[in-house]
Amino acid sequence: MKTLIALITRIALAVSISCCAGAALAAEGGVAMDTWPVDRVQNAASLQNGARLFASYCIGCHGANLVRWNRLQEIGLTDAQIQQYLIFGNQKVGDTMRSAATPSDQKRWFGKTPPDLSVITRARTSAGHAGTDYIYTLLRSYYRDAGSPTGWNNVAYPNIAMPHIFWQEQGPREVRIESTDTRKDAKTGAVQYVNVSIVYEPNGTSSRTETPSATHGAEGISYAFKAANPEQARRFDSDAADVVAFLAFITDPTAGKRVQIGVWVLIFLAFFTLIAWRLNAVYWKDVK
Amino acid sequence: MAEHKSQYTGLLGWVDARMPTLMSEFKKHASEYYAPKNFNFWYIFGGIAIVILVLQILTGIFLTMHYKPDANLAFASVEYIMRDVTGGWFIRYLHSTGASFFFIVVYLHMFRALLYGSYRRPRELIWIFGCLIFLMLMAEAFFGYLLPWGQMSYWGAQVIVNLFGAIPLIGPELALFIRGDYVVGDATLSRFFAFHVIAIPLVLLGLVVAHIIALHDVGSNNPDGIEIKAHKDAQGRPLDGVPFHPYYTVHDLYWLSIFLIPFFAVVFFFPEMGGYFLEWNNFIPADSLQGPTHIAPLWYFTPYYSILRATTEQFMIVLAVGTIGMSALLLLTISNSIARGAIAVGTIVVLLGYFTLDPKFWGVVLMGVSVMIFFAMPWLDHSPARSMRYRPVWHFWLLIGWVVAFLILGYLGTQPPTPAATLMAQALTLLYFAFFALMPWWSRMGSFKPVPDRITFAPH
Repeated sequence: MKTLIALITRIALAVSISCCAGAALAAEGGVAMDTWPVDRVQNAASLQNGARLFASYCIGCHGANLVRWNRLQEIGLTDAQIQQYLIFGNQKVGDTMRSAATPSDQKRWFGKTPPDLSVITRARTSAGHAGTDYIYTLLRSYYRDAGSPTGWNNVAYPNIAMPHIFWQEQGPREVRIESTDTRKDAKTGAVQYVNVSIVYEPNGTSSRTETPSATHGAEGISYAFKAANPEQARRFDSDAADVVAFLAFITDPTAGKRVQIGVWVLIFLAFFTLIAWRLNAVYWKDVK
Repeated sequence: MAEHKSQYTGLLGWVDARMPTLMSEFKKHASEYYAPKNFNFWYIFGGIAIVILVLQILTGIFLTMHYKPDANLAFASVEYIMRDVTGGWFIRYLHSTGASFFFIVVYLHMFRALLYGSYRRPRELIWIFGCLIFLMLMAEAFFGYLLPWGQMSYWGAQVIVNLFGAIPLIGPELALFIRGDYVVGDATLSRFFAFHVIAIPLVLLGLVVAHIIALHDVGSNNPDGIEIKAHKDAQGRPLDGVPFHPYYTVHDLYWLSIFLIPFFAVVFFFPEMGGYFLEWNNFIPADSLQGPTHIAPLWYFTPYYSILRATTEQFMIVLAVGTIGMSALLLLTISNSIARGAIAVGTIVVLLGYFTLDPKFWGVVLMGVSVMIFFAMPWLDHSPARSMRYRPVWHFWLLIGWVVAFLILGYLGTQPPTPAATLMAQALTLLYFAFFALMPWWSRMGSFKPVPDRITFAPH
C-alpha cells in the first residue's frame, strides 16, 4: 500500500511537471528546445549540485530575492552547510539570496539588470515551451562570436547580454547555424531561396556560405554544435540540468509536498464521495 | 408581551423562545422549502457556487493578512505568501483555482437556465439578480487580477481601463478617474484592492441573498419547465416536491464531493492549469516600460475580448447590414406607429455613429452588449414551452451551436490575432448576436411537444 501510494505520488509529480511544461515545441521562427531531464528535480544530489553551481556562478549577477537560504534544508542541506559552502559574504541563512552586484552597476556593465531568478522557470514558460526546457537549452547554446560586445552569442537567445558564464566547464565548441533566406528580385519579382550556413569557430571567427535552393527549407533555424572535447561538454550538460533543477526547485519549492498531500486528499475524497453517494441513496430511497 | 411558546426543548427551545425567526427561516428556506424532485445533474451548480463563494471569502481573508497593496511590495508579498507563510501556498492556490472554477460553475449554472427556461415568468427577477451577480463576479475577478502585480495583471488592467478611454467625449477623463493616475500605478492598485476585498464582495453577498429570496418566493423551476405548485396535497405541499433539507442538502453534498475531485486535482497537481488559471507572464513583476508581446485576459473574459477584437473597420459594414436587417424585421413586425418611428430614427442614428466614431468604441459597445444581452433573455424568449425537453429539437441544437461559438470565441481570445482567426471571430460574433436578436422570432417556430401536467420522475 505504501509503495503503491509512493508510486502514485511519483507519477502524479511527473505528470504535473510535464503538464505545466507543455510540449517542447519549436517557437515560431526560433529554435527547437531540448528536453530538460525532469527527474533531476526529485534527486537531492542533483539539487545540491545545482545549488553549488548557482552559488558559485549565478548569484554573482542574479539574485533570488524571494528565496531564503534556509529553504535549502528541503534539498537535504543543514544550516551549517549552507552557511559554510553556499553563502559568500555576510548573509545569514535566514536572509534571501541576494546578489552582491548592484542594479546600477549591472545596468552599466550589461546594458540591463539581470532578472531575478526566484520564479524564473515559471516566468520563462510560454504556450510553446516549458521554462525549464528553455533555460536548459539557453545555458547550453552559447557560442563564441567575435562580432558581439561580450564575445559571446546564443542560438536560443540571439544577441543575449549575458556572457557564457560556464565557458570553462563546457569547453571550446564550434557551431554551424543553418537557415533559409527568401529573396525577391526587385525588378522581376522572382523569388529565390538561399540556404545560409554560418560556421563560428571556437575562437569566434565566422565563415558564411550561401547556396541557392529551389525550395524553402525548414522554418526557423537549425544548428549543430561540435565540441572539441565531447566528454567535457556532456559533463556540462549534466551540470546545466542540475542548475535548472535547482531553479525549478526555488521557483516552486512546495511542488513536491503539494503533490504528496494532493494524492492523499484525492484518496480521501474518493472515499468521501462513496459515503456521500450511499447517504444520498438512503434518503432518496423513500421518494417515489 | 407574551413569551413565544416554543415547540422545541433544551437549548434550541431557549433560543427559539427568544428568536423564533431562526427556526422559521430555517423551515422556510430549507426543511420546508419544497423543491421539485426531478432535479438532474444541471441543478448542482447553484449550491457549488455558494460553496466556492464561501471558500473565496475565507481564503481571501487569510491572503489579506499577508498581502501588501503597494506597487513596490505587492509582487514580493504574494511570493512571500507562497513561500514563507505556513500553508500560504495552499491558501493562495485555493483562491486562484477557486476564481477560475467560480466562472466554470457559474457558466454551467447559466447554461442550465438557458436549457430549461429558468428565466421565464415568474422568475425574471431571479435571472436579473443572477446576471447582476455575474457582472459583479467579473468586476471582482478583474480587480483581483491586478493585485499580484505581475506583467499580465498590469498590462491587462491597462488594456481594460483604456477601453473606457474609447467612449466619446468623456472617455479619457473617465479612464484617468478610474486609474487615479496617467498609467496604472500605485493609486490604481490600492483602489482596486479596496474594491476587491470589500466593495464588490458586499454587493455580491447582497445580490446572492436577493437571488435566493426571489427563488424561494416563486419556487424552483425544473427540467420539465412546469410549476410543481399547480398540484398540492391537503396540507398545501407540492405533490412533486421534496423538502430541500435533507433531500437536496444530501444530494448537493454528494455532487460537491465529486466536484471537489477535479478542483483539488488542479490545486495540488496543476495550479497554473497550463497557463490558463495562472498566466506564465504573471510570474514576471509588473514593468511599466516593457509590455508582454501578447496580452490576453484570463480565459473567462476571452469570449468578450474576442468580440472586442473582431470589431474592425471592415466589420462595421457587416454590422451596418445586420442593423438594417434587424430594424427592417422590427418594422415588419411592429404596427405601433410611434414605435416604428423610434426604430427608424434609432437605426439612422446608430448607422451614422458606425461610420463617424472610432470602430474601437463600437468594439467596446459590442463587448458590453454581449454581456448585457443576458438580462433581456426573459423578454427575448417567446417559446410556448419553457424547457428544451418540449421544444423543437433544432432549438436545442441552436443553443448548442451558440455555446460552441462562445467557446471558440473564448479560445480565439487567448491566441494572438491572425487574419484567419479574426475572420472566424467575426463570423462567430455575428452568430453570437443573431442567436439573441432573432430569438423573439425563432423561439416561436417549429413544432412543440405537449408539456406534461406532472413532472417526469423515476424513483432512484
